[in-house]
Amino acid sequence: MKASPIKSAVLACMLGLGSLGVYAQSQPLKIGFIGTLSGPAGALGQDQYDGLMLGIEHLGGRLGNQTVQVIKEDDQLKPDLGVEIAKKLIERDRVNIITGVTFSNVMMAIHKPITDAGVFLIGSNAGPTPITGKGCSPMYFSTSWNNDSLHESMGVYAREQGYKRVYLMAPNYQAGKDALSGFKGQYKGKPLDEVYTTVNQPDYSAEIAQLQAAKPDAVYVFYPGGMGVNFVKQYQQAGLLGKVPLLSASTVDGTTLPALKDIAVGVITGSPYSPDLDNPQNKKFVEDFRKKYNRVPSLYAAQSYDAAMLLNSALLKTSGKIDREPLRAALKQADFRSVAGPFRFNNNQFPIRNFYRVDVGRDGSGQAAFVTRTTVLKDHPDPHASQCPMK
Amino acid sequence: MTLSLFLIQLLNGLQLGVLLFMLSAGLTLVFGIMNFVNLAHGCMYMMGAYFAATALAASGSFIVAAVVAVLGGGLLGIVIERLMAQHLYMRDHLDQVLATFGLILFFNELARWIWGASPVFMSVPPALSGTVSILGVTYPMYRFFIILVGLLCAVGCWLLISRTRVGMLIRAGSVNPTMVSALGVNIGLLNALIFSLGGALAGVAGLMSGPILSVQPGMGEPVLILVMIVIVIGGIGSIQGAFYAALMVGLIDTAGRAFLPMLLREFIDRSIAQAAGPAIASMLTCIFMATVLALRPRGLFPVKNG
Amino acid sequence: MTASPMVNRLLIGLLALLAFVPLYAQWAGEPFLITFLSRVLIFALAALSLNIILGFGGLVSFGHALYLGLGAYSVGLLAHYQIDNGWLQLLVTVASCAVVGLLTGWVSLRTTGISFIMITLAFAQMFYYLFVSLKQYGGDDGLSISLKSDFGFIHLGSPITLYYAAFALVALVLWWKQRMIQAPFGLVLQGCRMNEARMKSLGFPTLRYKLSAYVLACVIAGLAGLLYANLTGYTSPAYLNWTISGELIVMVVLGGMGTVAGPLIGTLVLLVCEELLKAWTSHWPIILGPLIVLVVMTARRGLVGYLMRGKSSP
Repeated sequence: MKASPIKSAVLACMLGLGSLGVYAQSQPLKIGFIGTLSGPAGALGQDQYDGLMLGIEHLGGRLGNQTVQVIKEDDQLKPDLGVEIAKKLIERDRVNIITGVTFSNVMMAIHKPITDAGVFLIGSNAGPTPITGKGCSPMYFSTSWNNDSLHESMGVYAREQGYKRVYLMAPNYQAGKDALSGFKGQYKGKPLDEVYTTVNQPDYSAEIAQLQAAKPDAVYVFYPGGMGVNFVKQYQQAGLLGKVPLLSASTVDGTTLPALKDIAVGVITGSPYSPDLDNPQNKKFVEDFRKKYNRVPSLYAAQSYDAAMLLNSALLKTSGKIDREPLRAALKQADFRSVAGPFRFNNNQFPIRNFYRVDVGRDGSGQAAFVTRTTVLKDHPDPHASQCPMK
Repeated sequence: MTLSLFLIQLLNGLQLGVLLFMLSAGLTLVFGIMNFVNLAHGCMYMMGAYFAATALAASGSFIVAAVVAVLGGGLLGIVIERLMAQHLYMRDHLDQVLATFGLILFFNELARWIWGASPVFMSVPPALSGTVSILGVTYPMYRFFIILVGLLCAVGCWLLISRTRVGMLIRAGSVNPTMVSALGVNIGLLNALIFSLGGALAGVAGLMSGPILSVQPGMGEPVLILVMIVIVIGGIGSIQGAFYAALMVGLIDTAGRAFLPMLLREFIDRSIAQAAGPAIASMLTCIFMATVLALRPRGLFPVKNG
Repeated sequence: MTASPMVNRLLIGLLALLAFVPLYAQWAGEPFLITFLSRVLIFALAALSLNIILGFGGLVSFGHALYLGLGAYSVGLLAHYQIDNGWLQLLVTVASCAVVGLLTGWVSLRTTGISFIMITLAFAQMFYYLFVSLKQYGGDDGLSISLKSDFGFIHLGSPITLYYAAFALVALVLWWKQRMIQAPFGLVLQGCRMNEARMKSLGFPTLRYKLSAYVLACVIAGLAGLLYANLTGYTSPAYLNWTISGELIVMVVLGGMGTVAGPLIGTLVLLVCEELLKAWTSHWPIILGPLIVLVVMTARRGLVGYLMRGKSSP
């Protein structure tokens, strides 16, 4: 049949097309963005991307006075795909810097390939413990936090509030276990119970019933994304929300509050960021983000915006040059104003920052919104920095 | 472990069960009668939830949302059947798997494009947002409502299948489709009807789930596996089988998640129990299915071939 | 079913093209091409293994990713303990896949049809949850692999070596399948797919044939897993997820079930199309989905079926 040579040709063309890359012609600075942009957790990666782009826009489309080109890639929450696209960004697109990375399992997969290739990685969300301590790398900077510290703030809060019967719940995967161990590390008491549920489990009615029967005086959960929406809805429907304080981190955040609205009022969260934080750069950030994207920015967007500002500050110092040691030294200085308050780097190149108690309350127009109450942890380093051999 | 906790978990299991039934009824019919593996059934559930959420936000009325979800689901079923499914009845199951897999890709991205990647808000109707007192325990009123609606659907299906002419044709079709068509019945119309019935039921399931679960792209796939387990256990083509299997799976899954970690802690170290408990609870339905299949390979209520 | 000479010519042409890719990539300065096509070849290998039982045996395994995962974890766990001897990892891969394949196959092959599908799925999910719960080996976060497999005369740390290792295995399996479909073993297997009762009445111990094919398929998938761990430098429970099993089925069916070249062509076209579409628009599934549906509706035997239109096939 005559179609055969045509099929071969088409296939060959496909292979050939695959090799058409974007070559660096003039010198725009190439930045790769890797995030989870699809699937149930796609909202997080999308916020990270939007935050980054807004930051670059605020800087006139430049970082450190260099025009930038951002190449966006979706890891689909698949770590092996993450490795693939990291290699694509480095080998084919020849990016100078990679930023983003939503989930810890993807971060674990791509951290080494990227840092080994001599490309800077500015993580703006995931912060798994192995790369915070022993596995730290000079090529890696974080504008977010170590997974443990995110949860320490609520542990401190629970301890200070004197809760004696705390019931813990999280999904049964690494981040879930890190969450509860981070909480327990600062709570320093014995929790009433520690329950792990299946990842992406939609219905918590069985577990909530168990919880009710145990009569805790506070509950701490970590349920990112859709899981958080499900859990909080069901917790509220069981009549628990007003009665037993619900403490959480990364459960009700900027990406999930719109799906919960008034249902979430009363939830207490620990967060390094809140849209109502009172500093000039945050006010500008939140207002422009709302105007441009029609939603309130989450901590993921804020961390990514900070990443843009961080890069800008460093590149200004090196006059746009990306030579390794000078750029690293410039990045380490973190000479920028974070939207989340005070920010500086620890020896492991993770931030020393504040963690706040942020409740879900109501804003001026009566809508459900994040309200910052107190600073629970001030200038808080993560617990693993001492294990990092870097100075 | 108190009696009231046990009763609450029983009700929870029942509620999960009826939700699973609403989803598996349509799927088992489509599989049993048209011999068609429809992996896109989860998509009809998802679209039903999205339709309901959008309608509720626009109109503020749960009843309007219900009508939209049912009609939308049914319509979607007809569209999928006429455009794609009807051409693939004679094909290998795997071709059907592949084609419906393509549909899953399409619908999930469509949902993400139209409604965004973030979960969409859907509230419990105010009239149903309290608690009720059943058998001496307080239970969320909305979940109780789900149980009622689910049982109503089950009764409705039973009436349809056993008391109407259409139902008789459906039963005949599940036993011997060729004969039914040979007897002059418009099999094309019947098939479209069955598909749309499945779609409508999935739409109802989506509507009911919306307020308690997260309405987001890809919400259909985690449920799909559980639904497939239900119809395999119940027996392909049998609505009765789907009903009992759905209740059993709902109860076992709930009991596993609720009681297994507690049970394990009596015997083994707490930290191991904490790790193993959820893992085993997840596997429990799979183990149950494997056991049923080992003893009765064609399911609990196989449709007898004439 | 014998492949038509035209398909054979296409296959050989394709293999020749693939053989030259690393040389072209080096000359054109496109190392990513090697990375990308290594991945294609590794998945093609897994798809080819699935085709043995699915295409020829008619056994739809929805848990084939389990063996991909076992192979990857064989490398990962040993590397975790600083063992990078490729032969040892190979041994563990083959042994674990053979044993697990034998046990699960022995149970699963007692069922047929949809029961077989669900049981294989169940087994894969059980192992998935097992690996997720192993926190000391990374659990859901997975395990980073810094030491690549060292076989003495070759080291899989080099991208080109890895590419040719995958290429060699794919070519080997293709050659073997070509021979197998006409050999007694292959004929019995296909006979089992078409009418097992008849095969039994002819005196063939069908379970033994099916089990042998099943274990063989599992081991080959394990080899693909071993290579994949080396490619990504990473292993995780995600490799065992049912969605990966589903993707493998898609690749086999898209290419053409029961054909020799089908899995390779299916994998190549699917992954290349995905890559091209992704570059074009972020809404690529909206295009790819209906495209797949179209292929199914118009091609009786997948893409290879397109090429063979007009030739008769049993």
